[in-house]
Amino acid sequence: MVIDERKMRSLAARMAQAEVRGRSPWADARRRFFRNKAAMAGLMILVLVALFAIFGGQAAVWSNEELDFSVMGQVATMGAPSWSNGHYFGTDDLGRDLFARTVQGTQISLLVGIVGAGIAVIVGTLYGAVAGYVGGRTDQAMMRLVDILMSIPYMFVLILLLVMFGRSMSMLFLGIGLISWLDMARIVRGQTLSLKNREFIEAARATGVPTWRIITRHVVPNLLGVVAVYATLLVPLMILTESFISFLGLGVQEPLTSWGALISEGAGTMNYGTLWQLAFPLFFFVITLFGFFFVGDGLRDALDPKDR
Amino acid sequence: MSKLFTTTALLAALTLPAQAVQPAAGETLADSQTYTYWLLDAIKTLDPAKNTDVEGSDVLRQVFEGLMNEGPTGAMVPGVAESHTESDDGLTYTFTLRDARWSNGDPVTAQDFVYAWQRVVNPETASEYAWFLELMNVQNATQIIAGDLPPDQLGVRAVDDRTLEVRLTARTPYFLKTLSHATTFPVPQKVVEQHSDAWTQPGNLVGNGAFTLQSHNLGVDITVVKNPEYWDAANVVMQTVRGVTVNDNNIALTRYLAGELDRVQIPAGQYPRLSGDYPDQAVSIPYACSYAYVFNVSDKGPEALKDVRVRQALSLGLNRDIIVDQVLQGGQKPAYSWTHWAIEGFQAPDTEIAAMTQEQRTEKARALLTEAGYGPDKPLALTLQYNTDENHKKLAIAAQQFWKPLGVNITLNNVEWKVHTDRMQNQDFDMARYAWCADYNEASTFLDWFRTEGYNSGKWSNAEYDKLMAESKTAADTAPLYKRAEEILAQEVPAVFVYHYAKVDMLNPAVKGVPTENVTNAWYAKDFYRVAD
Amino acid sequence: MFAYILRRLAIAVPTLLLLIVLSFLLMHLAPGGPFTQERALPPQVLANLNAKYGLDDPLWRQIWNYVWGIVVHFDFGPSFVYPDRTVNQLIADGFPVTLTYGSLAFLAAVAVGITLGTLAAIRQNTWLDYLAVGISIGAQVLPNFVMAPLLVLVLTLWLGWLPGGGWSFSDPSFWIMPVIALSTSYMASIARITRSSMLEVLGSNHIRTARAKGMPEHRVILRHALRPAMLPVVSYLGPVFVSMITGSVVIDIYFSTGGIGKAFVDSALNRDYAVMMGVTILVGALTILFNLVVDILYAWIDPKIRY
Repeated sequence: MVIDERKMRSLAARMAQAEVRGRSPWADARRRFFRNKAAMAGLMILVLVALFAIFGGQAAVWSNEELDFSVMGQVATMGAPSWSNGHYFGTDDLGRDLFARTVQGTQISLLVGIVGAGIAVIVGTLYGAVAGYVGGRTDQAMMRLVDILMSIPYMFVLILLLVMFGRSMSMLFLGIGLISWLDMARIVRGQTLSLKNREFIEAARATGVPTWRIITRHVVPNLLGVVAVYATLLVPLMILTESFISFLGLGVQEPLTSWGALISEGAGTMNYGTLWQLAFPLFFFVITLFGFFFVGDGLRDALDPKDR
Repeated sequence: MSKLFTTTALLAALTLPAQAVQPAAGETLADSQTYTYWLLDAIKTLDPAKNTDVEGSDVLRQVFEGLMNEGPTGAMVPGVAESHTESDDGLTYTFTLRDARWSNGDPVTAQDFVYAWQRVVNPETASEYAWFLELMNVQNATQIIAGDLPPDQLGVRAVDDRTLEVRLTARTPYFLKTLSHATTFPVPQKVVEQHSDAWTQPGNLVGNGAFTLQSHNLGVDITVVKNPEYWDAANVVMQTVRGVTVNDNNIALTRYLAGELDRVQIPAGQYPRLSGDYPDQAVSIPYACSYAYVFNVSDKGPEALKDVRVRQALSLGLNRDIIVDQVLQGGQKPAYSWTHWAIEGFQAPDTEIAAMTQEQRTEKARALLTEAGYGPDKPLALTLQYNTDENHKKLAIAAQQFWKPLGVNITLNNVEWKVHTDRMQNQDFDMARYAWCADYNEASTFLDWFRTEGYNSGKWSNAEYDKLMAESKTAADTAPLYKRAEEILAQEVPAVFVYHYAKVDMLNPAVKGVPTENVTNAWYAKDFYRVAD
Repeated sequence: MFAYILRRLAIAVPTLLLLIVLSFLLMHLAPGGPFTQERALPPQVLANLNAKYGLDDPLWRQIWNYVWGIVVHFDFGPSFVYPDRTVNQLIADGFPVTLTYGSLAFLAAVAVGITLGTLAAIRQNTWLDYLAVGISIGAQVLPNFVMAPLLVLVLTLWLGWLPGGGWSFSDPSFWIMPVIALSTSYMASIARITRSSMLEVLGSNHIRTARAKGMPEHRVILRHALRPAMLPVVSYLGPVFVSMITGSVVIDIYFSTGGIGKAFVDSALNRDYAVMMGVTILVGALTILFNLVVDILYAWIDPKIRY
């Protein structure tokens, strides 16, 4: 479950090349993407899951924290999914509505995934672009730091961070985001190096555009394809990481929940006749991860077709 | 009179043949006498001076033996001490030791106890349970722990090899009951000095219990086998006892059902189903621990909780019946007193709250909150802190929902155990979940907690309560004092008492002799035997 | 090449130092200490404990003593939570376990993943391909904390084939479930990567040439296609290794294997400083070493790469 770095490099190289040839790679890519069945299916899934997260709450009869006392204590017999009592996905062990909780867990997991991936991509892109563009000693030092950071067992540090600062959403975003910007930084740096000596950059430099503006206005936009693909493929990894953190009991606070928390609760009780507690959250978790993979792969193939 | 009676009763017991653990008529012993039980976590240490947890004590009770043991009902029975006498002022106990041996064949002497106890209080040992000897009121324990006196000044002396004398600073009604605690077990001086910290490892460890350590794979399993040198070895049927670590209770239950374990805890909420499916295996035994939500009434605590009406309202509003009957579902009992209901000699006071129905309680809670100035237009906002655990989480969520209709908005704050403890000890909380387990089978082990000088992390303080507890230390009849103390707790509500524990287990019916009436749940595998199917 | 290896090893030293300082500080900033416990210790006892373990020294001195102890005596200090054992002993007990099931899982993931991926690529768009792709997609996203209890349920309770947990070096039946639970998702990833890179290679000119020359298909695959197709797989191995170590936490919790994954999480939660540091350093060192091995392997497979 790691992004294929080599393909990302190839993609980055092509994006830089295409821009210089003066024709946008995006128009062709859109056509290719819409023809890719798996990618379109993935996109549909993601749209549906997003709609579920946004509007699912409207359909819920119960809130995500109410206890249904008529079900509590006899969940295995009374708490099964049912239209009549409004528990479409059944209830959890305490008699809380699993539909409402899945909706709310979906929101958290998507949020963690997207914000985490966003942080990783922003930090990675800027870091890589600065290192590549400035070059020289700065580049050396910045990349040496990346080498060093790459050897740190991040999950361990993340556990320490959550233990130390207590558990909060912002810590989770930050901790998860900080895990994966290193690969991004390397790829971006490599492409920046090759972009740096192109005419349009040199022209900008000659006319006295400040370094920072060159990086943000001219270098980064040329990396947009890589950034988009990378971000799409990072989201599922972030969601997986969050689920692991939740499994360790370091995730979001009750009554809030996430897919990871719901799945790990459901997995504990899988043999007690309450299989729906595992099935529903796991279903959404799995299809969403697929969705992101298909869309990410499709996007990459569309932007970097092998039949060029 | 009563102390004389105790002593004679003990002596009388000794004239009978040692308590025989023989199969009843019609039972056939299984060929393989092994007992395998579940451990939630790794055994941290096998050093009696350093052990701090229940799982560790369970193993130590097999591998070592103290002056006293606990019988199947929790009554004290002789261990290494054959008999004892108590001086008239209750300050000196003299124990006569039996002819017992260490597993390497050396005799167990009074000097071994002296060494062990001195080692516990010695600052160099840095024992986390050194306070236990303070609790026992052994002379000079406090000063030695503080480093003000050398360890050899401890009030314990070997009169000769078979006679041990203990001097106390105050009459201590529960003193004898502390003697089955692992902290008081003897240790072999020679072995400890020879191997230092590594003396408890398999191959090095020498004990005086009915079993001896065979192997210990940290976090995997620990195996003890019958000790032929044990003084009562002739009556020990069980050959091998194995504790198997399974970090996940649900997996442990699966492995029990697959026949890998003989005893395992039942996860919360699963008792009704399992006792239906396996009526001969699911057991629920009262267990001397109480669960509470402690209020922080110190200066650092919220203003609202200093109002006794608010505390009473929160206590009234918590639907304990639902917690016990619909969440835990394992034979636990709703708590309206701090002391566990099954503690020996404890009589719970008749409190108003215990007699009401939940509707009446909720009604009164609303009234009290309104009186205190809280209501829909001025909601009460508090934080409930609990440490990471599936059951604590469930209860906290339920509590939040019970208090919500009263206009109390609870924020749940789940932190890990170390942070929880740290914050409680620094009064850095509004309400915190807490549980206390008895160190010995007497009400003071619970009630001491709320003394001004007690552990009492909510910093509640009451002069009459302190006085009652002080009096109880020397009183001939403590029951009325404890009863009055509980009345004060019920009135002042320094904490919401939630429920009294039960130990809810699956137990293989082929294993016999497992005690089901001892509220401390101390068990001795020497009393177990396994029958053939 | 040799200079490159030296340079990489030189980076290891500052990396480990950074790791030590970082985790040391994080740990000490966290609320609660190793002796924070339910029955608050009397201040004297606490003082005794702190003195015994040197926790009353200033932080910089503690770090210094710690590093010094490792460099000079290879001594990682005592455990606060397991007073019978030193950290060296704890690691010596737990690491071989993690290493055993970890490397078996690693080998299984690589061997099965590559085979499955290659077969799927050769038989592209047949039932075999669809099956392989289907399995690997499913396995890739199933969290191992769902997989592990499921395995115990099926293989131990229902079928009664395997012990439900525990560890023994002499009895491989204890190894099977940890290896399956740990390797499946990586196996699936490797299969997917192999498949797509194999397809790419099979479509390239030099393979067409080889086929045109009438070379038998299995020789085309083994002699010409496999090696270049392995490049993306090899670059994936470093990250696999790291996340397998993380995944071993789940394995240790569910199968009670007594490995270092659980030891790390416990030590962080229990503030068992020395154990936490010891495991972190060990894992950090392994990560550095493994990344280096992967790079060398990469250069060996792809002669175009020079360091």
